[in-house]
Amino acid sequence: MSTFYFIAFLSIFFAILVITARNPVHSILYLVLTFFTFTIHYILLNAQFLAIVNFIVYMGAILVLFLYTLMLMNLNKDNEPMKSNIVKIAAVFGGGCLLVTVVASLKTMTVSEPVVLQNPDLGLVKNLGKVLFNEFLLPFEVSSLLLLSAMVGAVLLATKDKQPKTI
Amino acid sequence: MELTDIIVKIILIVIVFAISLVIAMYSTYAERKVAAFFQDRVGPNRAGPLGILQPMADGAKMFLKEEIIPTRASGLLFIVGPSLAILTACIGSAVIPWGQKLTIGSTIIDLQVTDINVGILYIFGVVSLGVYGIMIGGWASNNKYSLLGAIRAASQNISYEISMGLSIIALLLVTGSLSLREIAEQQHGFWHDGWFTWNFFKQPLGFMIFIVCAFAETNRTPFDLPECETELVGGYHTEYSSMKLGFYLFAEYINMFVSSAVMATLYFGGYNFPFMDSLGLSANWITIIGVVVLFAKIFAFIFFFMWIRWTIPRFRYDQLMNLGWKTLIPLAIANIVITGIVVTLLN
Repeated sequence: MSTFYFIAFLSIFFAILVITARNPVHSILYLVLTFFTFTIHYILLNAQFLAIVNFIVYMGAILVLFLYTLMLMNLNKDNEPMKSNIVKIAAVFGGGCLLVTVVASLKTMTVSEPVVLQNPDLGLVKNLGKVLFNEFLLPFEVSSLLLLSAMVGAVLLATKDKQPKTI
Repeated sequence: MELTDIIVKIILIVIVFAISLVIAMYSTYAERKVAAFFQDRVGPNRAGPLGILQPMADGAKMFLKEEIIPTRASGLLFIVGPSLAILTACIGSAVIPWGQKLTIGSTIIDLQVTDINVGILYIFGVVSLGVYGIMIGGWASNNKYSLLGAIRAASQNISYEISMGLSIIALLLVTGSLSLREIAEQQHGFWHDGWFTWNFFKQPLGFMIFIVCAFAETNRTPFDLPECETELVGGYHTEYSSMKLGFYLFAEYINMFVSSAVMATLYFGGYNFPFMDSLGLSANWITIIGVVVLFAKIFAFIFFFMWIRWTIPRFRYDQLMNLGWKTLIPLAIANIVITGIVVTLLN
């Protein structure tokens, strides 16, 4: 349990550093650390497959692409566009309202019973695959189709329109 | 876990770590000798007999050189870069089974640091993490050439990871397990039920794709675009000197060793060798011969890496991307489909 609290503290700590770091590249590197702590959380939950996939996909691919884009745009300056005072006051006001709402709704909530896993080995590859491809086959296939359509859309947006030759 | 188990594991970790460092050290010597052989030269021959002490001399030189950190570099990240590169190179060897079980007295020693049941994915994760060292170092140098090298490394790594993953999926269809120990056990011996047991003979196309991607992931020629000295001075390590540069170069050789070990385990039977059951030796001797055989396979792969480096010139960048996206990925997908059909028909 103490491991959980320590890792949870690290997650929140790095997550805060992500938004407070002034340099975008530093931000992304803190995000990498945040995702790394998530991987440890998954291992603590005995979900090995999810842990390693989180490791490969988020840390190894998506964040590398983030870093790639930031480096390509060369945003490594410490200056960020300053907002005007009115926007700042509006942001503080809006954030305060959200805080009041969240606190009020949390107050009425009752603590639920902790969910007891029926099968603690559910996170292992074999069991997870059986559940995904038997019980949740349709949602799984639909989500993969969704990803494919997003990919095709991105490729379509990236290709240039064929201009008729003017000269 | 008992105390003796922990001690055995710690000893095993230290041995594996020491072996990978020594092999990486002597790979630099072997590379220069192999290059000399291919170019009809003599190679290093001054330090010790046949130049055998050359890696020590190189190491001493690396340690003793002046350490330069550019003024405009971002301080901490400039140091984190090479550290991360060497760290990710070293942790990959943790899941590789080096041999069968060794029995000494009543204790059984498993010649593998840890047998996690997602072993292949762990290797894959470590490989995908390896690019951070290069990217952080290249960016932190605050130099345009370094940055270009880092960006090239990132896009190359991402592109070839996809086909590497797809070629592994076809292998998993055959083996049905993600654990490296189980995959090695399945390739026991050499011939069983009218076909070779080694996965190379079941997945020849998958192996070809895997080895090309392994070259790309370790940044070896012909895929060493991130450090292409004809265009980028030194690539991502232009600004580095002293042992920090040494770490980058060293990480490349450790990566080469680990990926050779992975290829030997996944496709070439690991510690298994032909006629291992009919020799009539005790189990311990079979294990020891198995370890020697595995290292022989690894050295063969390392030699292959060097052979390619001193034979084939490097790609142009668009050729590299075309090969990755337009040739390897469709081939890997076709390989998965064919493997799936064959596996279904055979069962």
